[in-house]
Amino acid sequence: MQELTTTRHNELVDPVLAVWGWQIPVYLFIGGLVAGIMIISGYFALKGQYKKNVFSSFYLPHISLILLSMGMFSLFLDLEHKPYVWRLYTTFEVTSPMSWGAWILVIVYPALFLNTLIRIPEKFRNKIPAFDRLSDLINRHPFAIKNIGILNILLGTLLGMYTGVLLSSLGARPLWNSAMLWMLFLVSGLSAASAFVHLITSDSYERELLAKADNAFLTLELFVIGGFISGLLTSSGVHIEAAKLILSGPYAAAFWVFVIGLGILVPLMIQLLAVNHKIKHTAVAPILVIAGGLALRFVIVYAGQFSHYAHQVGLK
Amino acid sequence: MARFGMVIDTAKCVGCMDCVVACKTENNVPEGFNRDWIVQDAKGVFPTVHMEIRTERCNHCDTPPCVYCCPTGASHVHELGGVVLVDHTMCIGCKACLASCPYDARFIHPDGYADKCTFCIHRVEKGMDTACVSVCPTRCMYFGDLDDPHSEVTRLLGSRASHSLIPEAGTKPQIFYLT
Repeated sequence: MQELTTTRHNELVDPVLAVWGWQIPVYLFIGGLVAGIMIISGYFALKGQYKKNVFSSFYLPHISLILLSMGMFSLFLDLEHKPYVWRLYTTFEVTSPMSWGAWILVIVYPALFLNTLIRIPEKFRNKIPAFDRLSDLINRHPFAIKNIGILNILLGTLLGMYTGVLLSSLGARPLWNSAMLWMLFLVSGLSAASAFVHLITSDSYERELLAKADNAFLTLELFVIGGFISGLLTSSGVHIEAAKLILSGPYAAAFWVFVIGLGILVPLMIQLLAVNHKIKHTAVAPILVIAGGLALRFVIVYAGQFSHYAHQVGLK
Repeated sequence: MARFGMVIDTAKCVGCMDCVVACKTENNVPEGFNRDWIVQDAKGVFPTVHMEIRTERCNHCDTPPCVYCCPTGASHVHELGGVVLVDHTMCIGCKACLASCPYDARFIHPDGYADKCTFCIHRVEKGMDTACVSVCPTRCMYFGDLDDPHSEVTRLLGSRASHSLIPEAGTKPQIFYLT
């Protein structure tokens, strides 16, 4: 028997840590989505697909600039000391993944902007002459376009990894303390980005290609989730308790139903039938994939805060 | 180079909360929040029951994850005694330090910045004890330099059995409880 009585009841900390609300899962999801978009649009630029009238080259980089800004705004909403946000850019803290992320985002914006200049949609042409001139200059040098593609792939990978490393570096929360988390968020981001293109594009070649890619990403995501959970279950007692939170504990229903079932297995089955021409492509599968990616971030962020060393040793 | 720490004799602590009141008064800790607190930990099966009463606070860890994860450098290790502090004017309130602390010793001050025990550095710099140590009616709390072989804290740790909190988290806490 062990009974603990404490006089502490600090807001957001007791009885269980609840410092991060909806803003952080939304930020991590959008960050992963934009990372996936950068990798996909970078691939299209690298492979010369920008010459065709495809959504991934014409509108995707432009949309991702807006999405990334929405994600940053979500992060800003979470800050408790908002007037001091500029302090992020007065230093570079090498041990802090959040500092790395802040500076990565500074590089991501110009890379995405260069990507938008490869193809300026007709309705936006002749609005800002400087952008048109820059676009014409880039298009006279195919080598530059390839380099923009490579830059977007590299920075997209870095951004997707960072969203996972941000949590996994916080060793006090056993659920997050896994070297698989960055891979899970990167693959999930790629999957959500593929689903996003699949959902919006009107080009049949692009839709078919991204649906096939999404099937691969969803399958890979299942393996990564398997590795993530088995890594926790074969670790110390607090990590096993943390894994149980999502396997059979208070977050199990959300994890199995919204992340695994509706977020991965159901859309994977629908898309496998669609790419084998058994059924037509519909919006159902990509919407489920995108919602599943968001649910994954919510489950991991909330369950991670619930997981704790002190629960195991009876301090809380 | 000093390494400040605290030794608490759980055999003498009665959980009177004088240390809590002293801290709140000295540091103007806002209502509803605590930089230090009392824990009563009862273990065992009757009749072999053991109870430990502890006064707890930030452990001023030797490898502080809250300092490592801070994106602005607001959380830092003070040059005097390795005390872990927060510069309020640099904190953006991202709460990464709260999530990184295995002891949940930090909180968000109503003004928006991360707050916690400072080992009363403003008093220690003047050669005084921390507020909590200075008011303890049972004299169960000891503050001093853990690197000084002649300090009272070092002598107590050498002569009595002690434990720290959650050592398996690997943060090397600098507060020890005599059993």
